[in-house]
Amino acid sequence: MAYEKFEILNSTAVPLPIENVDTDQIIPARFLKATERKNFGDNLFRDWRYNGDDTPKSDFVLNNPTYSGKILVGGKNFGSGSSREHAAWAVYDYGFRCVISSFFADIFKGNCLNIGVLPVQVSTEFAAKIFDAIKEDPKTEISVNLPEQTVTLVKTGEKESFDINGYKKQNMLNGYDDIDYLNNIKTDISEFAKELPL
Amino acid sequence: MSTKKTLFDKVWDSHVVKHVEDGPDVLFIDRHLVHEVTSPVAFLGIKNRKSGVLFPNKTFATADHNTPTINQHLPVADPLSANQLKALEENAKEHGILHWGLGHEKNGIVHVVGPEYGITQPGATIVCGDSHTSTHGAFGAIAFGIGTSEVEMVLSTQCIMQPKPKKMRINIEGELNFGVTPKDAALYIISKLTTSGATGYFVEYAGDVFENMTMEGRMTVCNLSIEMGARGGMIAPDEKTFEYVKGREFTPKGAAWDKAMAYWETLKTDEGAIFDKELTFNAADIEPMITYGTNPGMGMGISKSIPNAEDLDGGVATYKKSLGYMAFNEGDNMIGKPIDFVFIGSCTNGRIEDFRAFTSIVKGRKKADNVTAWLVPGSHKVEAAIKEEGLLAILTEAGFELREPGCSACLAMNDDKVPAGKLAVSTSNRNFEGRQGPGSRTLLASPLVAAAAAVTGKVTDPRELMTA
Ligand code: SF4
Repeated sequence: MAYEKFEILNSTAVPLPIENVDTDQIIPARFLKATERKNFGDNLFRDWRYNGDDTPKSDFVLNNPTYSGKILVGGKNFGSGSSREHAAWAVYDYGFRCVISSFFADIFKGNCLNIGVLPVQVSTEFAAKIFDAIKEDPKTEISVNLPEQTVTLVKTGEKESFDINGYKKQNMLNGYDDIDYLNNIKTDISEFAKELPL
Repeated sequence: MSTKKTLFDKVWDSHVVKHVEDGPDVLFIDRHLVHEVTSPVAFLGIKNRKSGVLFPNKTFATADHNTPTINQHLPVADPLSANQLKALEENAKEHGILHWGLGHEKNGIVHVVGPEYGITQPGATIVCGDSHTSTHGAFGAIAFGIGTSEVEMVLSTQCIMQPKPKKMRINIEGELNFGVTPKDAALYIISKLTTSGATGYFVEYAGDVFENMTMEGRMTVCNLSIEMGARGGMIAPDEKTFEYVKGREFTPKGAAWDKAMAYWETLKTDEGAIFDKELTFNAADIEPMITYGTNPGMGMGISKSIPNAEDLDGGVATYKKSLGYMAFNEGDNMIGKPIDFVFIGSCTNGRIEDFRAFTSIVKGRKKADNVTAWLVPGSHKVEAAIKEEGLLAILTEAGFELREPGCSACLAMNDDKVPAGKLAVSTSNRNFEGRQGPGSRTLLASPLVAAAAAVTGKVTDPRELMTA
């Protein structure tokens, strides 16, 4: 599935300063029963967001109208746990295009890149600065610039650069995915397969 | 650059179709395992792109995550689960993929049946839309979990695109103490590394302890690699591996076997090969483990008490939130805490050796009245062995019932949910908030610790119930 291209994102952000946010919190397993990719955003952080009777928990950040935006700022080791891409879908489908954290779990990060959510890994200090800035002013604007690979706190101009693999960067900029790439080299793949021992 | 290669290098490098400049490797996949939860959207994808399945005979499908563990002969009551099971069956049929659905004699958890039928082989690249695919690394395969987009890639092109991970070697030297199982060794390593300590790495386990382990034990260890953040973990194949693999349904036979063996015998890390990181532990330091928090890194020796937040580096608020969820306090002892549920099963500890261990403790004792126990074999083959070896008779005598195979309470997608607030001792792999049902509280442990809890109704050191 193609996704929206990503170039420069200027947005306010939603803070979630919790460490080790795992994929079971991002989307609990019981919501993985669909056979289509539909409405996963509704169940993003389901058990933190709603009580057992489906009433919203007012103290959870997504239910707090003070905070909004297309950027989610998470604590260290964001996305640990399962390989379920549903977690990345839930983040995207809810409306986030970028997750900032000082550390990401591997598979989650890869899944994000495959579906059009930009994972931006910053230093612990810069992550703390972002959390502080949002605490002080929930309308703090953050600019994520993919071509330049920088993330900036617009008000103060404080800036940090982030890493992304060059190939993945091109994909994000163009809204392409790996499937397109692989489908184009199928003949090479079939040739290669003939030489394998197993 | 050194020409000395690690086991991981050898398998990875020989599967690289192509390296994308400034990008990932295109990695060829030998075996693709599929289950009902993470595959339907991938099948929709190949339909939309009209790409078809390139090598249907390299993909194997089984139903496990969603399946009920009682009355499997009846129609599945949950319409959503039933729908996913049906989708898998139809997709497999349409594309000519082997499918072991609910009720099939070879059905079971994807990571249990793969090795049982010889789909899992040394030196292979194996993926599945499930993070515990790392299990198969026990055979010297490179095995790891992938997302649904990648499931689609493998279906349509038999490849995925990933940068080569860094390499870590973890050694445990010496001999495991009495009552200490492979599960304890793994939980010990995770408690030392934390759940992110191996992120970005592929792990090779080496040293006496892993060499002496059974194949089942090695699978338990490799299975848990993901819980320290690693992509996967592997152990060099040896005689034990070849012995296990030989003669299974999908393993090579005759001349093909000899050819495979010639390859497999090259699969060890060259002397002097360089790892990006190397860690060594001492087996004597490990005792039976138990977790007390909401991630698998929050574990300790069963006789210890829960650490104080101040004694840890950082993350105090997260730590306190976690203990708050568990309703435990810093400094608490785990021993003696009354429990409500016991779950033995999952791709971590749902193999025959695990049921033998469990049975060795419950033999001649009775299930505690306050405990609900779910005994869920990893596959029909395990279930059959439990019966044949006479374990079932002992379990029944002790007041336990055996359920039918599936993932069950490991992730509670079916009806096997631990109710809110209840405390479970579980041989599975994740103790995340709500993992075993909304509000459930999970203590991860070995089958021996689970058995000791099941007969005493509280957290108990299994060594007290064992004779040396
Ligand atoms: S048993 Fe648990 S961890 Fe293993 S495949 Fe099933 S759900 Fe995943």
